[in-house]
Amino acid sequence: MTMKFLPALLISGALAALFPAHLAAASVEETDSVSLDEIVVTAQSFKDVIPAQTLKGKELEILRSHSVADALRYFSGVQIKDYGGVGGIKTVNIRSMGTNQMGVYYNGIQLGNAQNGQVDLGKFSLENIESVELYNGQRSDIFQSAREFSSAGSIYLTTRFPRFREGRNANFHVALRAGSFDVFNPSVSFDYRISDALSVSFNGEWMTSSGKYKFRYRRVTPAGELAYDTTATRQNGDIDAVRFEGGIHGYLPRGRWKAYLYHYNSERGVPGAIVNNVWRRGERLWDRNSFAQGMLEYNITRRWETKVHLKYAFDYTRYVNNDDKLIRVDNTYKQKEAYISWANRFELLPNWDLSAAYDFQWNGLSEYMDVSRVSQWVSLATAFALGDCFKAQASVAGNFVNEEKLERDQAPFKSRFTPGVFLSYKPFRRPNLILRAFYKHSYRMPTFNDLYYTDMGNAYLKPEAAIQYNVGVTYDIDRPGRLFRYFSIVTDVYYNNVRDKIVAYPKGQQFRWTMLNLGKVDIRGVDAQVMAVFSLPARIDLTAKAQYTYQRAIDVTSPADNYYRHQIPYIPWHSGSAIVMLDWRTWHLNYSFIYTGERYNQQENIRYNYTQPWYTSDISLMKSFSVRGIAFKVTAEVNNLFSQDYDVILNYPMPKRNYRFGVSIDF
Amino acid sequence: MSYFRFIIIAFVALVMAASCRTDDEIVPIEFENLPCGAQPGTVPRGMYLLNEGNMGSNKSTLDYDDFRLGRYCRNIYAERNPNVIKELGDVGNDIAIYGSKLYAVINCSHKVEVMDAVTGERITKIDIPNCRFITFHEGNAYVSSYIGPVNSGYEAPLGGVYRIDTLSLAVTGLAEVGYQPEEMAVLDGRLYVANSGGYRPPLYDNTVSEIDLASFAQVRQIPVAINLLRLRKDRYDNLWISSRGNNKDVPSRLFRARRNSSSGILEVCDSYDIPCSNLAIRGDSLYSISTEWSDLTASNTVAYTLLDIPSGKVLSDCFITDGSETSISKPYGIALHPSNGDIYLTDAKYYVSSGTLLCYSREGRLRWSVRTGDIPSAMTFLK
Repeated sequence: MTMKFLPALLISGALAALFPAHLAAASVEETDSVSLDEIVVTAQSFKDVIPAQTLKGKELEILRSHSVADALRYFSGVQIKDYGGVGGIKTVNIRSMGTNQMGVYYNGIQLGNAQNGQVDLGKFSLENIESVELYNGQRSDIFQSAREFSSAGSIYLTTRFPRFREGRNANFHVALRAGSFDVFNPSVSFDYRISDALSVSFNGEWMTSSGKYKFRYRRVTPAGELAYDTTATRQNGDIDAVRFEGGIHGYLPRGRWKAYLYHYNSERGVPGAIVNNVWRRGERLWDRNSFAQGMLEYNITRRWETKVHLKYAFDYTRYVNNDDKLIRVDNTYKQKEAYISWANRFELLPNWDLSAAYDFQWNGLSEYMDVSRVSQWVSLATAFALGDCFKAQASVAGNFVNEEKLERDQAPFKSRFTPGVFLSYKPFRRPNLILRAFYKHSYRMPTFNDLYYTDMGNAYLKPEAAIQYNVGVTYDIDRPGRLFRYFSIVTDVYYNNVRDKIVAYPKGQQFRWTMLNLGKVDIRGVDAQVMAVFSLPARIDLTAKAQYTYQRAIDVTSPADNYYRHQIPYIPWHSGSAIVMLDWRTWHLNYSFIYTGERYNQQENIRYNYTQPWYTSDISLMKSFSVRGIAFKVTAEVNNLFSQDYDVILNYPMPKRNYRFGVSIDF
Repeated sequence: MSYFRFIIIAFVALVMAASCRTDDEIVPIEFENLPCGAQPGTVPRGMYLLNEGNMGSNKSTLDYDDFRLGRYCRNIYAERNPNVIKELGDVGNDIAIYGSKLYAVINCSHKVEVMDAVTGERITKIDIPNCRFITFHEGNAYVSSYIGPVNSGYEAPLGGVYRIDTLSLAVTGLAEVGYQPEEMAVLDGRLYVANSGGYRPPLYDNTVSEIDLASFAQVRQIPVAINLLRLRKDRYDNLWISSRGNNKDVPSRLFRARRNSSSGILEVCDSYDIPCSNLAIRGDSLYSISTEWSDLTASNTVAYTLLDIPSGKVLSDCFITDGSETSISKPYGIALHPSNGDIYLTDAKYYVSSGTLLCYSREGRLRWSVRTGDIPSAMTFLK
């Protein structure tokens, strides 16, 4: 396959219908004309047997002031744990399998946290992100690193790619956002084209906020009388963070390469739970995350492509508890990670590909505890297509982990194999109906905390296993020039089984815990997404999208538990979101609605653990104009329009109605 | 336009499937009739049980077992005190009745809740940081706290004992003791406090503090063993003190201590090879429960020990005699009915769900059991 220069639409065939970029961007004059030279070095027919849910273009533009975690709320099958506020921790769980089963990839390389396995997506701003993609199972593109075959679900964050208009060699972008919680958030981006084959990009951002917001707790008696109604200000939720990213992008005659630097530095307060008689706490957190990564993709022969990824990361975390009523804590954790991956794709026949990859990773944790781990992955995968109507992929990845820890027991060598099969079938030429299915095994290795945490760790833990079965159907209809221009629907039904779930188990005296492979979870669910586009008179475009998730995720560990067959904590049976976008000339109006249904905040589904549904409406208005070749964009947004008082996590109150204003200029 | 219709139907279906928010209600009392039936006029008339709730969950709740009506009342505080913001609080640690008042020590809400002993209605709350246990003597309540008078620097500070006047309900004094003090008992005008040092492993405290009540100051510290927790007095003026060990090479132990008749200084007389997480004393009987973790079998070993106080002999390694102990996963709290000797045991399960209160006859046969709140622990009887 030779290189192809493609427009914004990268994704194969009609499966792209879900969130088609060409439609969403239809009225974006500026960005459209610039987005010309994305390069894809792969056989198009093999991309994505099961495509991702994607946020990009205008849809992402309206979310710029939010974090990556906020954006993921618009995907089906996803639950966010949000501890509230600008600096609050936000973690993601796909299809109830647990945060640790997720892989989060930043420009193609997984973000790691060997210590606790969780990636705080609240830390990642959307300012420099070009697309957010979510894959259930794995990215069904066989030309990828071995590690990517091992996650149960994957989120891909891709940073902005430098694009230049005819005759221009430099782009500047300056933005400023401010609003509630004393948010002050300037950012600057700069792209420069050194030559046709070489360009650099830079992005810097500063985010500061007092994190103060009003929240309210109100209770009534069963008789309907007011019991209490109190409004207070959230304290110790301040944040001060800077982020710098820079990349160099180069093209070779038969490939491309990229080198990337990332640095994030923050200090924040940890607001903590609001409980009786306690309204403020004294926990502070310092984070420094730095990494350098590189990528080279090269066509060695017409039938052999190769890709190398490299990464070195250094993370520093300091946690201090200053609360004079509690134990003083001052812990520092330093993590290092080195990673190399080599992936290859061979074209056996024009419709039959084979891939092989090997990854090596070293993780070290020091200061608080001294441990290191060597992980290796190998993968073999194949993809096969019959014309446009049948696509199949099969992969198997092996994961081998060796631990080294001084002083205490060493965890034994672990190895696991994760097979996966992905199929899609298009029975008719028209209508555009596609059936799809996948089956996938995955494991999550115990984290350093699981294995070694003081008194609590259990070095003999096995990996936690997840098995997924999924069948789905997609249908779309495209009617250019008509009033009802486009419609699509995507539905998946799935069954997941989590075994050997790593859970905390009380041992011996008082509150001494250990980690055991105890849990079993049975998960059944339905995801559905609908989208419609209307071209109304007077050049008004209306795009409407809705997604809905049903999940029944029950604990089937032991019939002796009093929560046997109860819904697991914080997984609602029903959740969904809806977005309506109106475009008229240079105006853009967006309304979005998020719904999370009733759920329980502990294992046992009893009234005492019941948590109310919550739903918020956000509205934003954007206007673009240009003065002397400088493009301006002004945004105003109101979040939680109806000022609902809700907790996502028990005792972590969320903000009431809040406002954000932004202005950006491009030249 | 059939697409429109489809979208509308889908949307309506979505809305139907979803439900809306309603007003958040105070969770009302749940009543459960107990198989023992009503016993009008019986004394004590009932028993309060404090559920700890997990840290940060704000789910400490108060249950009441009404002996006279033969009825279990789950979570009475919220309904009896609807105007208290965020209910009883976070991590209830101890409960006791003195005079006409019920005192609940709520550890992570940093307060002692004072209620009417009969109605459970709030009289007041007394702010005491990181408070742990409560005991009473001659009109005063004594509350142990991890936070002593001087909060010195970055190390875990020395703990303290707060004195509360039970009439004015005001703090009238604070005495410094050892690290992270736990249970207390009064013997001959002296308050003895078990210090754990639980914030500073492996440098656990190993002493009992002796406070002279007249001057309300610590007079000495008596070494016993590391990581002390329980400290109870029997009718022979012995103090029974439990050590939790370090969960590694030092095991949990039970000690008997007495004041030396000539010097008046507390001395450890006996050390029993009984791991002890909680205990209760009635007359000559000491009931101890324990859970010990074994790394070899990766499971807990539970013991229910009955000790005869005058002879110092272990009468039974399992005071449950009907085999029902196998259904208990984590024995946690224990109390003895003052008149009939019934044994009240709580099962905290895995700490993450509601527990169970089990009532055993003094012969060790299960009479009934009932669901409680999360992590049922301390109990007290209402006369």
